[in-house]
Amino acid sequence: MIKNLDIELKDISKIEGHTNMGIVIRDGRVLECKLKISENNRFFADALVGMSFGRISTMMSRICGTCSSAHVLCSIEATEKAFEVVPTEQTMRLRNLLANANHLRDHAMHLWFFVLPDLFDIDSVLDFGKDKHRLLQDGLDVKAVGNFMSEIIGGRAVHPFFGVVGGFTNFPDKERVKKATGALKATRKKILDLIELLWKKRGKLVFERETNYVGLINKDYNFLEGTLEDSDGNVIEERDFGRHLERVILPYSNATAFKMDGDEFLAGALARMNVNRKSLNRSTKKDVKKYLKAFPSYNVFDNNLAQAIECLNIVDNSIKMLRKPIQEEPLAKVVPRKSTGVGVMEAPRGTLYYRLDFDDMGLVTFADLVIPTQQNVINMERTIAAYVQSLLEKKKSKKEIVFEIEKMIRAYDPCMSCAAHFLSVDWND
Amino acid sequence: MVRKLKVGVFSFTCCEGCCISVIESLNSKMFDWQKKIDFVNFKALKKVGKIQNMDVAFIEGAISTDEESLKLQEIRVNARVLVALGSGAINGWPSNLRNNFKGEVKSKVMERVAMSGQNEKVVPAKEVVKFDDEIFGCPISEEDFVKKMKEFLNE
Repeated sequence: MIKNLDIELKDISKIEGHTNMGIVIRDGRVLECKLKISENNRFFADALVGMSFGRISTMMSRICGTCSSAHVLCSIEATEKAFEVVPTEQTMRLRNLLANANHLRDHAMHLWFFVLPDLFDIDSVLDFGKDKHRLLQDGLDVKAVGNFMSEIIGGRAVHPFFGVVGGFTNFPDKERVKKATGALKATRKKILDLIELLWKKRGKLVFERETNYVGLINKDYNFLEGTLEDSDGNVIEERDFGRHLERVILPYSNATAFKMDGDEFLAGALARMNVNRKSLNRSTKKDVKKYLKAFPSYNVFDNNLAQAIECLNIVDNSIKMLRKPIQEEPLAKVVPRKSTGVGVMEAPRGTLYYRLDFDDMGLVTFADLVIPTQQNVINMERTIAAYVQSLLEKKKSKKEIVFEIEKMIRAYDPCMSCAAHFLSVDWND
Repeated sequence: MVRKLKVGVFSFTCCEGCCISVIESLNSKMFDWQKKIDFVNFKALKKVGKIQNMDVAFIEGAISTDEESLKLQEIRVNARVLVALGSGAINGWPSNLRNNFKGEVKSKVMERVAMSGQNEKVVPAKEVVKFDDEIFGCPISEEDFVKKMKEFLNE
C-alpha cells in the first residue's frame, strides 16, 4: 500500500476548461485534496454594472460556450422578474425547448465524447476503431438534434440570440418543427442503447458517498420552473436561494465555492434524478423503469446514467411541446424600474442562480451569479479524497489511482469556464 | 498511405465556444477526418500532448497571463500554420472587458487579478504572435471551420 505520495494532476483533459488537482497522502491517509481551478477570471458580473437590461443576455451567454443557453435564459428570467414581465405560455414553451436543446447537446457531448472512452479504457473518442462507429454515430446524431433545436428556436447552437427579455424575435416555421420532431423521434433508440451500455458497465464505477442533493422539483421535469428542494424535502424559494448559500474562498483556486446551509451539497443531473425523478415523462418512465431502480443513488458515477435518462426525457418532453403550434408573437412590454430580480433554473450541470439589481432606467447596478460547478467543488474534493482513500486501501498503484481520479472528475462534468466567473464585490445583504 | 495532417486545437482565456463549434463540426466530418487528420493536441478530446510538429494549430481565446503568452509562443514555433479562431483570439473580446473597468470596480478587480497572477491587461492572441489565418465569429460557425479545414486538406 502506498504510504506517502504527492499527486499533481495537470491540465485535466475531457472537461470544460482548465483545472489541476493536488492530492497529498501521508502515512497511508489522504491529507489534502484540492481542485485548483486555473481558468483565468473574466469578471462578467462586474462588466454588467451600468449596462442596459436589453444587452445582458447576449453578453452573459459568452461566459460559457457549453451552456450559453442557460446564461441567456437565467439572465432573462432575472430581468423579467425585476420588471414584473409575465411571459406568455408560448414564450415559456420556447424557452423550455431552448433549455432542452442545450441540455441534450451538452449531455450528449459529455457522455459520448468524454465518458465513453473511460468506459472502454481508451484515451480519446478519436481513437475508437470501426467496431464502435455505429455507437459513435449515435452520439453525433443526438448532438446534431440538440444543435438543430437550438438553431430553430434560438438562432444558433452556441450563444443563441432569438430569446430576449419579453419573448422571442424569431419563430420556427412548420417545416422545421416537423423536421425537429422527426429527428427527435429517431434518437430515442440511440439514447436507450447508450443507457443500456452505461447500465452494463455500471459495475465498473462504484463509489458511494451520500450528500445533500439539491434541484428543482416540478411536475414535468422541466429545467426552468418549480421549487428548489434538498434531499430532506426542505423547500427553498427561488428568491431565497442566495440566502441559503455561503461563499467559500479557496485560496488555491480561481473559482469560489459554495456551501448550502453551512454544508456541502450536490447539484446537477444526479441531484435532479434523486429529488425529481417521479416527474419524468410517462414514455420515458416506461422505457427506463429498469434503470430508475438505481435512484436515489449516492454514487457520483451515476451522474452519467442520470444524464442519459435526462436525454430521453428531453426528447419525450420536446416532442410533446412541439406538437402545439408555434405562432409569431409580439414581445411583451417591458417597463424598467428600480428593482431586484432573481432567476433560478437548472443548467445542464445544476442550479444556476442570477441576481440582478436595476436602477429606474433599467441599467444594472449590481449583479451576482452562482454557478453549478462552484456549488459542487466542496463535494468533489471530499468525495475524491474519500475515493482515493478507498483505492489506497485496495492497494491500487499510483497510475491506477490517477486514472480513477480523472474518471471521477469527469463524472461530475465540471465546467471551469463558468466556475471561474469571479465577483469582486462581496454580497452582504 | 497519405500522411495525415497534424492538427492542434488550443484554448486560452475564453468561453471555449469556438472549440465547441470545432467539436460540433465532427457531427458530419468525424469519420472522414479520422482518415485524414491526426488531432495531436486537443485537450477537450484527449490527454494533453507535447507541443511539436503541427501542420496547423487553431487558437481560441485571449491572453491574460505570462504562462499563456509563453505557451502561445511555443505553439507558434511548432506550427507551420497558425489560425486564430473567433473574437477572443482576434480582438480580445469579451475576455478583455476588465481592461476598461473604472473606479471602485477596477481597483477591486485588479486586486484579484494581481492575487491570481494574471496580467494587468488582457490582450488578443493576435497581439502576442504572428498568425497566418483567421476565422471570424463569436463563436465561429461549424461551416466556416469545415471550409477552412478543406483548404488545409487541399480538397
